Amino acid sequence: MSGFLADIGFQPDWLEILGTTFMRHALIGGSLVAIAAGLLGYFVITRQNAFAAHALAHIGFPGATGAILIGAPVTLGLAVFCIGGGLLIGLFGKRVAEREIATGTILALATGLGVLFASLAGANASATTSVLFGNLLAVSSDQLVVFGLFTAAVALVLALVARPLLFASVDPAVAEARGVPVRALGVTFVVLLALTITMAVQVVGTLLLFALVVTPAATALRLTARPAAVAGIAVAVALGSVWIGLVLSAMVNLPPSFFVVAVAVATWLVVLGLTGRRSEVHQRASRDAHAHHAPAAPVGGT
Amino acid sequence: MNQQGNAVELEGVRVVRGGRTVWSDGDLSVPAGAVVGVIGPNGAGKTTLFQVLLGLLPVAEGRVTVLGAPPRRGNRRIGYVPQNYTAAIGEAVRARDLVTLGLTGGRFGLRPTSAGERARVDAALERVGAAGYADRRMSELSGGQQQRVAIAQAIVDDAELLLLDEPLANLDLRNQHEIVQLLGDLQRERGATVLVVAHDLNPLLPVLTDAVYLLDGHPHHASIGDVVQEDLLTHLYGTPVGVVRTPQGDLFTRAAWRDPDPAGGER
Repeated sequence: MSGFLADIGFQPDWLEILGTTFMRHALIGGSLVAIAAGLLGYFVITRQNAFAAHALAHIGFPGATGAILIGAPVTLGLAVFCIGGGLLIGLFGKRVAEREIATGTILALATGLGVLFASLAGANASATTSVLFGNLLAVSSDQLVVFGLFTAAVALVLALVARPLLFASVDPAVAEARGVPVRALGVTFVVLLALTITMAVQVVGTLLLFALVVTPAATALRLTARPAAVAGIAVAVALGSVWIGLVLSAMVNLPPSFFVVAVAVATWLVVLGLTGRRSEVHQRASRDAHAHHAPAAPVGGT
Repeated sequence: MNQQGNAVELEGVRVVRGGRTVWSDGDLSVPAGAVVGVIGPNGAGKTTLFQVLLGLLPVAEGRVTVLGAPPRRGNRRIGYVPQNYTAAIGEAVRARDLVTLGLTGGRFGLRPTSAGERARVDAALERVGAAGYADRRMSELSGGQQQRVAIAQAIVDDAELLLLDEPLANLDLRNQHEIVQLLGDLQRERGATVLVVAHDLNPLLPVLTDAVYLLDGHPHHASIGDVVQEDLLTHLYGTPVGVVRTPQGDLFTRAAWRDPDPAGGER
């Protein structure tokens, strides 16, 4: 048994590792990101923007490597590119199909630029790797301050716009007729998403970001459709993924990104398995109910 | 023209979209309390008319009066059900949430929905017969159920003017009947004016009192009896249309190329 544990790199002193400064930073930083991502995930799904969220992370890639190239802070480069990319995607067609094509094209260009900048900057492989896959254990105290500000901004603005944003997301035609500023809310949402992604990229990287921004909310939506409950469960799943992921990574000295994502995906799969069956039964029951019930209004008005 | 008695008035209105005149010389008055079929071929500008009334599209010429005032976005006295209403609404929202947004969706800030507001949402759901599935997700509902929820959202704020764009599309006959019945009932109970865009007049004929028809690039208003005429409908749709009156006194229109000449109430 101990041979096996040694083979997988089990670290008997993992509790002490959890108490170190870099682990504490990772825990705080990861938690801040999880809160922002969990809250925003619900709107990403109701706006049918999951692909855009994924793409924005990739669009951040040249921002990060470009920042390395000119010696600017990586967070700044990520934020500028994510916000710019988000606004650019927003300019393109309203129809989902058009938007997806525009998004995918911008994504490809951005990834190409990212490689170019990385090469020009002579960035070593590990710098590039940490952008692509995240490096939670390298979060600095300066970054924590930025994360704290970003998360506070996301939570505050969402609290203010939640209702009109939901209206504009699920029902844009009626919302517009009712005087809701649909376009302005769209821009607001993109900026919040860009801020969240800027943080999340530094935790799980551009390639794995989806699992932290979209998957927890998708998991929550399997369990309930009450908006406040969805947000709460999504935050809980994201937080749990970060915390459990960090503990596991301390135990076996492997990158936390993998474990964070693995926990989030495993939770999603379990919930999917549990609710898939139930919702089928539910739907069948409701169809039957519909078929057997008398209509609410009398029929036959002619 | 009598300002008080009319829900909608157009005077010399021309509407332009993307540099193209959609329709012009719009002169009509829809009396308050009417149930109006808005008819015309594809692309004639039926939805555009709604957008003008909702204040979403400014007119190029002329004057528009809606419920005694110029059109403006965010007019809470108008309830609106757009075309293909629920096509884009996924599994993330429950019927109840959608109706609640019709009441509070424009409100910024964190103030929770009040008990009074929840009661109004329940009453609207109840009124359209959707109370039984109020807590189900929109994606789980049938087309007819979704349409009821959409109407509940439109009436939850006690709208005086209801604009419904193709509310019967994709519904089976029974659901068409029930929705039409509901529209007629809502008009009677609330004295609301109802404008319904429809391709097929037949299911709506039992409740329609008036029609706005878009013919040759101009909107016209007439009482429903004057519209359901073979030569007018044939001109309107550009294909031969017949009108049938059953022994029971019901009116039907029929496509002359498809339906046999009538012997009775069959369409």
